Amino acid sequence: MSFPWAEQYTPKNPFMKWMDERLPLPRLVYNSVGAGYPVPRNLNYFWNFGVLAGLALVIQIVTGVVLAMHYAANSEIAFASVEHIMRDVNSGWLMRYLHANGASFFFIVVYIHIFRGLYFGSYKAPREMVWLLGLVIFLLMMATAFMGYVLPWGQMSFWGAQVITGLFAAIPLVGETVQQWLLGGFAPDNAALNRFFSLHYLLPFVIAGCIILHIWALHLPGSNNPTGIDVKGPQDTIPFHPYYTAKDGFGAGVFLIALSIMVFFAPNFLGHADNYIEANPLSTPAHIVPEWYLLPFYAILRAFTVDFLLPAKLWGVLAMFGSILLLFFLPWLDKSPVRSGKYRPQFKIWFWVLVVDVLVLGYCGGAPAEEPYVMISQVAAMYYFAHFLIILPLISRTERPLPLPNSITEAVLGKDKSTAQPVAAE
Amino acid sequence: MATEDHVEQPAADQPEGGVRRRDFLNIAAVSVAGVGGVIAILPLVNQMNPSADVLALASIDVDLSAVEPGQTIKTTWRKQPLFIRHLTADEIAEARAVDVSALRDPQSLEDRTAEGHEQWLISLAVCTHLGCIPLGAAPGENKGEYGGYFCPCHGSHYDTAGRIRKGPAPTNLVVPEYEFTSDTTVTIG
Repeated sequence: MSFPWAEQYTPKNPFMKWMDERLPLPRLVYNSVGAGYPVPRNLNYFWNFGVLAGLALVIQIVTGVVLAMHYAANSEIAFASVEHIMRDVNSGWLMRYLHANGASFFFIVVYIHIFRGLYFGSYKAPREMVWLLGLVIFLLMMATAFMGYVLPWGQMSFWGAQVITGLFAAIPLVGETVQQWLLGGFAPDNAALNRFFSLHYLLPFVIAGCIILHIWALHLPGSNNPTGIDVKGPQDTIPFHPYYTAKDGFGAGVFLIALSIMVFFAPNFLGHADNYIEANPLSTPAHIVPEWYLLPFYAILRAFTVDFLLPAKLWGVLAMFGSILLLFFLPWLDKSPVRSGKYRPQFKIWFWVLVVDVLVLGYCGGAPAEEPYVMISQVAAMYYFAHFLIILPLISRTERPLPLPNSITEAVLGKDKSTAQPVAAE
Repeated sequence: MATEDHVEQPAADQPEGGVRRRDFLNIAAVSVAGVGGVIAILPLVNQMNPSADVLALASIDVDLSAVEPGQTIKTTWRKQPLFIRHLTADEIAEARAVDVSALRDPQSLEDRTAEGHEQWLISLAVCTHLGCIPLGAAPGENKGEYGGYFCPCHGSHYDTAGRIRKGPAPTNLVVPEYEFTSDTTVTIG
């Protein structure tokens, strides 16, 4: 699953030879993230974020397994058990803050990873399956994060569970039955907390499985690159190890420093103070919002305020789920044969409009449900759908792309003459 | 700048005093990552140690006013059973009559009780062999050949000072740290 010029795995040590014939695990590693995996030579730092997302998942699983040793998934004592982790358990505060902020960092790197793919056309043939699997991982992440947020059984946990499961009540006819089935009751309680804990523990491993498929699908055609053009020969690639292991290692260092700054100096910056109040089914917090990484979708949900054929509530739910499902069709909505936004002058502009649009949606999702935010959300939600359903299909037909370089090597070396011909420069 | 480097150091890969710059950077980077990784493991291991709330229950107060001479009460301390025995004058005399140097774990009764409170023998009810609870506390139970405690699991005999006299146990019954706060109340732990 690689280019024909990839380095061959040739074990010299007799034990490794013996191993290779029986369980070729070292060969798999060598061909996946070792010297046997040729990668385009021109990847920029945006290509670090896949590995960083993997690192974030590992941190979540390790700290999560530790937290599960001390947490009690029972509505009577869940809140107290989290305080027990914070005050009594050795380094418990560190584990919990790493887990809570780690979730935010996981989403930060995944959002950058997704927008990287959008800009450089990584969703296009032959990498559609990589994109689709990535979206599945994204959906699983959102479900996992939501259920994890319920576990501390604070006010935001409780009312988040109430609101999110309430989305399903919008389904015509069977909605309420579905909501009661999800909660195992008429409101969030012990039954809901227990199943959320069970699934919150399960889903990260499902995510890990999907990541294996995601990487498998990626390694067939190999990584995309900033020019978007295909690898043409050995001169266009360098081995993953040591070049990209070193580059990813550097990126991981920066990532860990940023995470440490949040954990040690602003551990509750991204959270809500209300979640340090124990769940109270008789009092809703004045301003209830999901975690920041779900805000753009929350804004789309709230943007529908008028009944039109269907109830407004149902429109909101359909639009919110639709905003993600839409992305599954992206490889077939954008028909431009040019992958990288670098060579697409029109696309490039609209891409940045989309980035701003999603940020605006995120801001409105966190703002109170009143004017002008409702109207801004409506305009921004409209643009979001128009971007994928109208603008992308249109410009992929009308746009005149810039001339593409003949090869990755030419694109790289043409930029800087001194590195292209070191002898001549001397 | 790049050109200048090329002139002064024809190649950064060339050994300079036997050390290549790249080797140094490689070893430095991997060392930092390795040390950091090991340090990160420490809290992951430490979190499994007893937490603060467990340690907070580590000391108890016991009122001894109702315990008659010859009677033994059982209580729990740090989730382990504890014997508090009110020794009779005969039992004290018996414990003092033993030649300490001949014992497997040489300790006198005075070593194992508080000064001025020699009639109170406080020890863990955990056999030092493999952790069973010895008999001899409740009336009618086998007190063993030396009149103290007898462990039914593997036959260890303890005397009236809780010292191992016969059987497989290696040491005397453990005496926890304790302090008499008055004549009849004791704080253990």
